[in-house]
Amino acid sequence: MLDNLHVFRDGFVRTLGLSLFSAVGALLLGSVLATMRVSPVPPLRWAGTAYVETVRNTPLTIVFFFVAFVLPQVDIVFSFFAFAVMALTIYHTAFVCEAVRAGVNGVEVGQAEAARALGLTFSQSLRLVILPQAFRNVVQPLGSVGSALIRNSSIAAAFGVQELTGVSQGLATANPGDVIAILLAGIVCYLVLTLSLAGAVGVVERRLRGEPR
Amino acid sequence: MSLQLADPPGPRGRRRILVVSMLAVAVLAALAVLAVRRLADNGQLDPDIWRIFIDEPDLRTLLWEGLLDTLRAAATGMVFAVALGVALAFARLSTRPAVHVPAAALVETLRGLPLLMLIFFAFLGLPALGVDLSAFWALVLGLTAYNGAVLSEIFRAGVLSIDRGQTEAAAALGLRGTQIFALIQFPQAVRRMSPTLVSQLVTLLKDTSLGFVIGYTELLRQGRGAVEVLGSRYALPIYTTLAVIYIIVNGSLSLTARWLERRQSVRAGGSTGAAATGTGAGAGA
Repeated sequence: MLDNLHVFRDGFVRTLGLSLFSAVGALLLGSVLATMRVSPVPPLRWAGTAYVETVRNTPLTIVFFFVAFVLPQVDIVFSFFAFAVMALTIYHTAFVCEAVRAGVNGVEVGQAEAARALGLTFSQSLRLVILPQAFRNVVQPLGSVGSALIRNSSIAAAFGVQELTGVSQGLATANPGDVIAILLAGIVCYLVLTLSLAGAVGVVERRLRGEPR
Repeated sequence: MSLQLADPPGPRGRRRILVVSMLAVAVLAALAVLAVRRLADNGQLDPDIWRIFIDEPDLRTLLWEGLLDTLRAAATGMVFAVALGVALAFARLSTRPAVHVPAAALVETLRGLPLLMLIFFAFLGLPALGVDLSAFWALVLGLTAYNGAVLSEIFRAGVLSIDRGQTEAAAALGLRGTQIFALIQFPQAVRRMSPTLVSQLVTLLKDTSLGFVIGYTELLRQGRGAVEVLGSRYALPIYTTLAVIYIIVNGSLSLTARWLERRQSVRAGGSTGAAATGTGAGAGA
């Protein structure tokens, strides 16, 4: 177990990298998609809805299949790691979009009405009035999307990325005597990641709520 | 009801929306054309490879059997996960620390782990402890452990959202803790949380696709096997078909959830919707 500490460390770093890159991508694209879904432009709304409904009902594993096996068919080839980041981003964008949209719809109607009464345009009222308040409502749901992302990044193990689950599985099959210890170590690593994310979300939320406005 | 972010547009606003709409359609169409051309240039839209489903009756049988295996694992997992969820919710709502503290620890641990790790634990770990499971039961066990924890939180949120007067009235009538839970709190919680419950069951169904990692012959595994035998030329048609099958099955479950939600809000005068949101953001695999 101790001999393989560096293997675990590499896996841990790779899981962290997968999660961070995909989280940034999903956050950006998900916000764009949420804006599309609340915009007054019908085609953008339809496109956003179609994307979310399709992706939400497709298993992440199938998204991985498309990215890893269909893209090479049309001569788009990246490393396994980049493919995994793409698949995770595509999938979680839909969930970020829904969390942000719920946050936007959770802002009191009077706020939007007041913004309009002041003569703010759609983009101004969204940027200056609605989104800052929406983000406060959205910290907790976004936190659970992030936690799901960390856990879902384990699926990359089945597509050649040696992250935490991948190295745990590899070590477990190589050392049948220590299977339990190895899997427990992997589990503890995941708990460190997800629980610290939950802690950070709690701190941010308290800070946002505590601010007298 | 969604938030009105802009005034109802006047003539100029309507014209602007029309212009932006046409631009958006143009951009989306351009992207679609680009994608189609890329696929066509690489022979991915060749009718030959899409006719594979007609030419190879065995492929249809293979995928059909895969779908049945997927549904079998999902149905078994759902039954066990709901049972575990009810038990954990009951334990966590207990007033005795000796019961609710371990239950809470178990739920929080299971919810914080990747399902794939739990499946590996059942598939690779348990044999080391002398318990040999088939791929089917390892998958079901993983699904049960993870979804049982998530479902227990949904049940618990439902119970906590029920008016305290209900519990007090039941206690005043002389019902005991278990009876209050089983007769008063739980039925109301289930009715209130049914939309969230269904969307979690959709997640469970999607998660059966992880069975392919441990060699369970569900839909995805069968599709992958077919692509390996027939050649990677057939990746697009076969995987597209798999995705469509999942979307149809899950879509009909989601539609049921939405129908329940509508019926709910009609019956309760539109006030319970808020209680049901929030816990559903699971974003499973």
